[in-house]
Amino acid sequence: MRRLVALPLSKSFQMAYQSIRVRFFRSLVTTTSLVLAVAFLTFTQAGNDITEGLLISQDPAFLQILSKIGYDVSPDAPSINSSPKQRWIVFLSLLVCVVGIINAQLMSVTERFREIGTLKCLGALDRFIVRIFVIEATMQGLAGGVVGALLGTLVALTASIFRFGSAAVSVMPWTDLGATIFYAVCTGTGLSLLGVLYPAIIASRMLPVEAMRVEQ
Amino acid sequence: MTEKKKIVRVTGVTKDFDLGKIVVKVLKGIDLEIEEGKYISIMGPSGSGKSTLFNMIGGLDKPTSGKVFIDEVDIAQLDAYELAWLRCRKIGYIFQTFNLIPVMTALENITIPMTFAGVSNDAALRRGMELLDQVGLTGRHTHRPSELSGGQQQRVAVARALANSPAIILADEPTGNLDLTTGEDIIRLLKELSLQRGVTVISATHDYKMLNVSDQVVWIRDGQVDKIQERDELDIRTGGLESARH
Repeated sequence: MRRLVALPLSKSFQMAYQSIRVRFFRSLVTTTSLVLAVAFLTFTQAGNDITEGLLISQDPAFLQILSKIGYDVSPDAPSINSSPKQRWIVFLSLLVCVVGIINAQLMSVTERFREIGTLKCLGALDRFIVRIFVIEATMQGLAGGVVGALLGTLVALTASIFRFGSAAVSVMPWTDLGATIFYAVCTGTGLSLLGVLYPAIIASRMLPVEAMRVEQ
Repeated sequence: MTEKKKIVRVTGVTKDFDLGKIVVKVLKGIDLEIEEGKYISIMGPSGSGKSTLFNMIGGLDKPTSGKVFIDEVDIAQLDAYELAWLRCRKIGYIFQTFNLIPVMTALENITIPMTFAGVSNDAALRRGMELLDQVGLTGRHTHRPSELSGGQQQRVAVARALANSPAIILADEPTGNLDLTTGEDIIRLLKELSLQRGVTVISATHDYKMLNVSDQVVWIRDGQVDKIQERDELDIRTGGLESARH
């Protein structure tokens, strides 16, 4: 008979949730950096979506404003895509965000060395530890992604209404915006997972004795 | 006297710590046999290697050479899964610093090992409450470690160690962070549980209060077993005087 220890998924979720709830402020800081990065990504992307929608509508009033702020509105112009510069800035902001998350998660792992060692003494496998950290990061990523995406879209919408007038709402490309929000949430979650992977693996590989030796 | 089962057997264990330029030999060949159901104290000054020996017995660290058998199983032969199973089911750990999970309540702390062992949630909760009663913490199940005193935290840790009815309880300086009376309470609790359940208790300590309840005392000096004393060989005078001095 193979002797196995187990950690049911529901229990892992409970442990991850508890850990976030108790260290709420620290989680909030980590999540905030994610919210800002995702909001920025969504803002630029949604801005492009909206402009594109206005262009497709071929409404002369909108076209006039668009050409005034520097867009090529001739019928054979290519569709509006993010410029290389825009993409570069978004990429940089995401990079900064990931580094921030890795930093915060490393701190959080160091803070919990003893806890991790104790869990291992009680029979936890390496992958239980990784799993708890990954679930935590997913929760933070989803929360940060959703809040960030909504925030970014909201700001982009408000900005466009100020710029083009409330009539712009009628030609909003809602499906495109929805897709943008969806991708932004996925990106947020992905970034959060990317940030936690290295710290979680360090944590799980630690021998229990080493974890216990840490002074706290 | 009938031959009792040897629950722990340590043969020729050495442990070197490589500190880069020098290699420190912490354990220099330890041979030890521990009978089932006994209350053993491993005594020795700090730096004698008793904690290291202790970690070897608990499967928390691997010896440089020599073998450690728990229940006649060589723990060096176990893979990560079997080792985790051993830690979960066979051994209960009690630490000097209690090491409860700070984000969990007393009851949740006690039920973690049972969750790992695959016990259903309801059964784990029921048994957790029973254990809390046994260690004298009835009604404290919703308290977090930070809301409990040192002695109470150690009681939770004792209950946690007992959760999966292990064969061995390893207590590393269980009274090190407790005051005199609280320490005595914990020692008495361990002794009672050892008698009731037939659990082997092995504690590393330099607390002389432990001597009074021990069946056997293993003295470690400079990485070697100095002497092993049975309870009736113990010099009562030493115990009395030393505990008075504390």
